[in-house]
Formats: sequence, C-alpha cells, structure tokens
Amino acid sequence: MNTVAVKHWTWRDTFGVYLREAGFQFWGLVRMPGFALPTLLFPTMFYLFFGLIFAKGSGNSAAVYMLASYSTFGIMAPALFGFGMGVAMERDHGILAMKRVAPMPPMAYLAAKAAMAMLFALVIALLLFTLAGLFGGVTLPRAQWILLMLALIAGTAPFSALGLVIGLRAGGQASAAIINLIYLPMSFLSGLWVPLQFFPLWLQELARIFPAYHLSRIALGIVHQGGDGHYLAHVIYLLMFTVVCLWLARLGWRRIQDR
Amino acid sequence: MDSTSKTGAAVAVLTGVSKRYGKVLAVDGVNLEVRHGEVLALLGPNGAGKTTSVNMLLGLSRPSSGNALLFGRSPRDVGARRRIGAVLQGAQLGGHARVGEVIRLYSGYYPEPMPLAEILRSAGLEDLEKRPVLKLSGGQKQRLLFALAVCGNPELLFLDEPTAGLDVESRRGFWNRLREFKRAGRSIVLTTHYLEEADALADRIVVINRGRVVAEGTPAEIKRSVAQRHIRCVTALNETQIRRLPGVNSVRQDGKRLDIVAAHPEGMLLEMLKLDPALHDLEITGARLEEAFLALTENRPEEQAA
Repeated sequence: MNTVAVKHWTWRDTFGVYLREAGFQFWGLVRMPGFALPTLLFPTMFYLFFGLIFAKGSGNSAAVYMLASYSTFGIMAPALFGFGMGVAMERDHGILAMKRVAPMPPMAYLAAKAAMAMLFALVIALLLFTLAGLFGGVTLPRAQWILLMLALIAGTAPFSALGLVIGLRAGGQASAAIINLIYLPMSFLSGLWVPLQFFPLWLQELARIFPAYHLSRIALGIVHQGGDGHYLAHVIYLLMFTVVCLWLARLGWRRIQDR
Repeated sequence: MDSTSKTGAAVAVLTGVSKRYGKVLAVDGVNLEVRHGEVLALLGPNGAGKTTSVNMLLGLSRPSSGNALLFGRSPRDVGARRRIGAVLQGAQLGGHARVGEVIRLYSGYYPEPMPLAEILRSAGLEDLEKRPVLKLSGGQKQRLLFALAVCGNPELLFLDEPTAGLDVESRRGFWNRLREFKRAGRSIVLTTHYLEEADALADRIVVINRGRVVAEGTPAEIKRSVAQRHIRCVTALNETQIRRLPGVNSVRQDGKRLDIVAAHPEGMLLEMLKLDPALHDLEITGARLEEAFLALTENRPEEQAA
C-alpha cells in the first residue's frame, strides 16, 4: 500500500454509477409492494370506475376527458411519494449519510429517483391508455397518444421536485402525512377527479395555484377536451414551480450538509 | 507517489475544530491527527463529541471553526472520499435488495474496489450473497455495513461504535476482521465507549470528554497516566506529611493502615521510605482501565489531562 496509483476515473465509470443507481432503485421499488401496487392500481381503478363504468352513458368524450385527468392524477403519486418518502426514509435510516460519505455523485441519486418517477409515469399511462382503448372505446390520433404520454412523463418534474423538498425537510413518517395532505386535496381541487366546471367559481380560480391544475390543462388540451390553449403559460408555470422547488431543495441540502 | 501514504504521515487531521449546535458546544477546540497505518481509538462516554468529530472528518458535518482535512483535502472532495470507508453509527439497512446487490452498488462508487468474493469473505458474509437485506440478523447487518465500508479498498477506515449492540462472540469476530484489515497496512479510526475495545485494538487512544481531548497516548500510556493506584501501608507518617508529596490524590485512614490514592506510586514510595524506613504491611493495587476511564471523563478532566 505504499504506492497509491489511483486509477483514472472516466466518464464511463460515472455513467456506470448512474446506471447501477437507477437499477438498484428500480428493483427496490418493484419489490416494495406497498409502493408499486397503490401507485399503479389507484389511478387504474379510479379510471375504470369513474371514467369507464359510471360514465358509460355519457359518450366517448367523458372517457377521453378522464383519461387525461386520471393519468395526471396517476403520475403524481410515484413522483411525490418516490422522491419525498424515499429521500426522507433514506435520510432517517442513515442511508443518505452513507451515500454522502461514499464517493457517489449526488446527481446519480437524484437522477435515478427522477428516472423512476418517469418510468412509473410511463407504466401508469400505458395502463390507462390500454383501458381507455380496450374498454372505453377511446380512439385518438397517434400524435395525441404520443404527446399525452410525453406530457405525462415530463410532467413528473414539478412533483418530483416538490417531493424532494419535502423529503429533505421532513422525516419519514411526517413526509408521508405531508405528501398525502398535499396530493389528495390538490388532485381534487385541481379538477382531476371531478371536472372543475362543477366547482364554484372561486374554487376554479383557486385551482390555478396548483401544478396539478396546469399539467391537467396541458393533458386535456392535447386530447381536445376543454384545454384552454394557453400551453405556454402552463409550461412556464410548471417550469417556474420546478425551479423554485429545486432552489428550496438546494437550501434543504445545504442545511443537511452544514449540520 | 502521494506524500500522505508514508507510514506515520497524517492521513486525517482536525485542527482547532469546534462545532456548535445552538447553545451547545459539542466539540470544543479539538486537535486530532490520524497517522498512516495506525488504529486510533476515540474513547469517551456517550455525548462526548466523538461522533461529531468523526462526522467532520467524513464531510457529514461542517466545523463551526477550525479545519478538517482528509488526505490533505477537504472531506467533501470526491478524491479524498474515494480513499476512505466508513461504518456510520445508527445506519439501518433494510429493503428487499440482496446482500450482493448492495455491495455491488457501493463497490461501483470506487475506482478500485475489492472483488465481491473477497469483500464477502472479509466481512464474514460468504453464504449470504443472495439473502435479502431485511432478512439479515442484527449482527449480519453490521457485517454488511462493514463490507460496504471496506468494499472500495479504502486506505482509511472510520468505524463509529461498530460493535454497539453486538454479542460477545460477534464482537470478537469483528475485532479479528479489523486486525486483518489493519495488517494490510491500512489506517483505522474507531470510536467506542468500550474501554476493552480501545485497549484490544488501538495503537493510540484519544480520550474525549465534553467535546475536548482530555488525554492522548498508547493504551499503556493512557492507563499509566491516569491510573489511580491504591497504596496501603502502616507508617509513622501522618496525613499532612503525605499530602505534601507529589502526585497524591487522597489520603484516608483505613484501620491501622493509611490508604493513599496516587498517580505514580513508585516515586511516592521512594519518598515515603526515605522519610519512614520502618514503613510496613505495604500493598499496592492498580486501578482497572474502567476506573482510569472514569477518572478521566468524570473527575475534573482539566486537571487530569496528561
């Protein structure tokens, strides 16, 4: 051990770390039924009941409308819970500290979590698309299917960022409670379960503060179901929301590092 | 050739480091040097500031003042962290991932990890590669933490209370793994409140209490510098005369004999015999390491710092 010839670290090694981290987190989530089942099943069941069975008489457009709103609802959970609870639990259990001591690039950890949120969004969207196509008689131009899918995958970003802020601030138990307190009311108040036009006007106005509202407007617009056409405004809102959350997360991370 | 890998050179240094949490001064002006190839034990009671000191060397915590260096660099530097490994206090492994998967993940962070089989062997996990982490016993989890600490082939290993909660047999097994690791020429920093552990493993002990270094030396030196020896004898000397001698801590009449507690009985006795050659019924008993430790950490630490 007297001669220390430190092997040169290449971008390939870094890439390998990113891949292994993502693979490790993937298997961690898949093997955790408490995470994978509800995040995949809830939006699927909701859509099956409210979008397909109860809305049977109301024609094709209800099934399309709810496809957009319930898939928006669906992709929020893996982002919020995967990031928020994941980070909080790993912090509680000292796993984050182990990773900070190990020469792991912090971005590998975050990128893996972001990728998992996107992957679960993809699966949830595919499940709902399949239900819509098979049982709801939903037919959309191929471009709309693809655009909706892309919007849903990219749409995990603000929720992943929000989850990260919560996970870096709150402990494991608290973060579960906080995320549920945000996730469910926000979904409802953004019109993901019941269309907003059934709400009093002031609640319709209030919805504008929620990222879920803006993502759902984009999704609805893609499938021509009452989108307002202000795509740019919604995208800008979501980007700003994401940036603010990442900035807050950075503060939280600094606080942890300086502890 | 790196200057920090020479035997005896400092691989990790705390210089005048203090750490304040609100009104609590957890670490108060600590100077610490970990030398290449040595096993250094940080010994002290719970809450003494051992973990905080180690965390500052690991980059988990930032000193309020003073300087922490790992291999001459900031502990946050990825190049420095590639050369260390750590078993952190209170790390709770769990989840459905298998032992081998976790080790492969952590090995991948390092430029030159040990082969998986060697890691499993050195941590005593040979038959557990396919076992899900959540099915491991407490001792097996602790061995996995050790495996993750050594998988990157570190030059410097930090162990924060590594055997807390282990049974005697597991603790001995762990000591043997540490000795084997040390024989490969690596440096180890160990925090413990088990005196036996520090005595069994360390080349050098730094005793920390209330955030300050109260003693430093080899296990033998530490014991010698603080050992309270009881000298019992029948003598014509009175208490006042004895109290004038150097190194006396207390004098007490015990039946016919005087019971003197002193740090350096040899010098004491020489003086006493000069004054009273008729001194008899002499008995000297050494304090055990536990007593020495208690003396250091509980009894006026400032005065007894060696």
